[in-house]
Amino acid sequence: MADLLANPWLRGIASSVVIATGVLTIAAWAIWFERKFAARMQNRVGPNVVGPAGLLQPLADALKLLRKEVLVPRKADAVLFRLAPALALFLTIAVVAAIPWGKDIYVADLDIGLLWVLAMSGMMLFPLWLAGWSSNNKYALFGGMRAVAQGISYEIPLLLSAMVPVVLAGSFNLREIVEYQSVHGWFAIWPPGIGVLAFVIFFATSLAEANRIPFDIPEAESELIAGVSVEYSAMSYGLFPMVEYVHTWLSSAVASVLFLGGWSGPGSSIWIIGLAWMLLKTSILFAFIYAMRWTLVRFRADQLMHFCWKWLVPVTLGLVCLAAVWVNVTAGGR
Amino acid sequence: MPTELLLFYALGAGAVLSTAAMLLPTTGRSPIHAALLLIVSFFFLAGLYALLSAHLLSILQIIVYAGAIMVLFTFVIMLLNLSPDEIREPKISYAKMLGGGVALFVFGKLLNGIGLAASAAKAVDLTQHDTFGTVKEVGHMMYSTFMVPFELVSVLLLVAAVGAVVLAKKNLAYVDRPVPSPAEEFKTEGHAAGDGEAAAGHGGHH
Repeated sequence: MADLLANPWLRGIASSVVIATGVLTIAAWAIWFERKFAARMQNRVGPNVVGPAGLLQPLADALKLLRKEVLVPRKADAVLFRLAPALALFLTIAVVAAIPWGKDIYVADLDIGLLWVLAMSGMMLFPLWLAGWSSNNKYALFGGMRAVAQGISYEIPLLLSAMVPVVLAGSFNLREIVEYQSVHGWFAIWPPGIGVLAFVIFFATSLAEANRIPFDIPEAESELIAGVSVEYSAMSYGLFPMVEYVHTWLSSAVASVLFLGGWSGPGSSIWIIGLAWMLLKTSILFAFIYAMRWTLVRFRADQLMHFCWKWLVPVTLGLVCLAAVWVNVTAGGR
Repeated sequence: MPTELLLFYALGAGAVLSTAAMLLPTTGRSPIHAALLLIVSFFFLAGLYALLSAHLLSILQIIVYAGAIMVLFTFVIMLLNLSPDEIREPKISYAKMLGGGVALFVFGKLLNGIGLAASAAKAVDLTQHDTFGTVKEVGHMMYSTFMVPFELVSVLLLVAAVGAVVLAKKNLAYVDRPVPSPAEEFKTEGHAAGDGEAAAGHGGHH
């Protein structure tokens, strides 16, 4: 067994299957969690029929969607229409590869880990835009255009705020960023001010990348029905919300790796405790996103652009400079 | 290194085939399919860079070319929304023949250069150490050997960005005009409107 795992090909395939399946399973129950959570916030009961406390509801939903027929509108671009949801799922799962889930739990120890994560979640614009355009529907097209406009704008502060931990730890490798924090403390706390501001901005802009409230104008139910997914049916529809949940979950994971020390914590030298710390931090951020979802309203499109270009971009640029100064003052440069 | 060679051929074949597929009659008439195939070929190229241990270059290929630039490309193509009848049959003109001749000449020169490089590579050992393409090595190179060109390029990009803003602003005069509020439109239709002034303040003029 140990011999088999020493082979890099087998190890890569096995670890990617295990970790991707794990993330998808977590995402399925994240949907259940969100529905229960929303129900509590609105003084309702939520799903409670399938399984104990409605725990098997995601499974029932998936089976229902799988049994339905996938309809392609006659005037749609059939190839791109079918490709878009699959591409979305592919890109989201590709993000998993670079994230360290525990002390030695990762698919690939990439020198460019953070850039890989940002590249794959940046590419997520394509499936949304393809879905919006290929549906040949005006609501879907508007949804796709909004997704691209928002995504391109918010990618800049996202990348810049992610550069703060990179400058502080001196590495793009997510494993090394976590190891640096396990020695020197969380970046969200230390350096004071710079870290916490970068954390808040990174978290907010990654919500914009995942199209979550208050940044969900691409799907704005009240004005665009459901934006890009309006013409979709059956499982090719089901993939869009699923991708959104996976994406949100992974955004929380990346935020906790970059700013909250990832798997580091008391007792994290034992792999299972490290994994538990990582999942705990991710889950708290994830729950916070859903508490916000049922509390806030969405931004208007012009407010969104105003906030991004006139506030977030200059502030994050300043933060990167401050982080570089901090490194030079405290560590004497690296 | 048989696996490395296999990967090289697989990635190379992918890049060539996805580029060649752009010329097929079925996809060639649809600009959007051609643009998407270009993205696919960018991904294969990124794989080739990674195979050459140029990690940073390969991920930048994906972020900058496949991501940022191609999003704008497809955005423009999709908004033009050309139907197949609008794309006319290609006509042969003198300008196109001249262009084709120049392209062939450049291609010949390139082939010649590749041949020369291949024969030179046999004489000199061109192998690099495995870490030459990592973020650290590229960063060191950029801020030591290539410091001046790097800074000049960043100034050039800044000038281009400012220039783009100036050019775009020329036609932006209408933005400063207050947008008529619903209340004002209501007034012109001959109805009584009380708070026209207050509502006018909310017009979008950022």
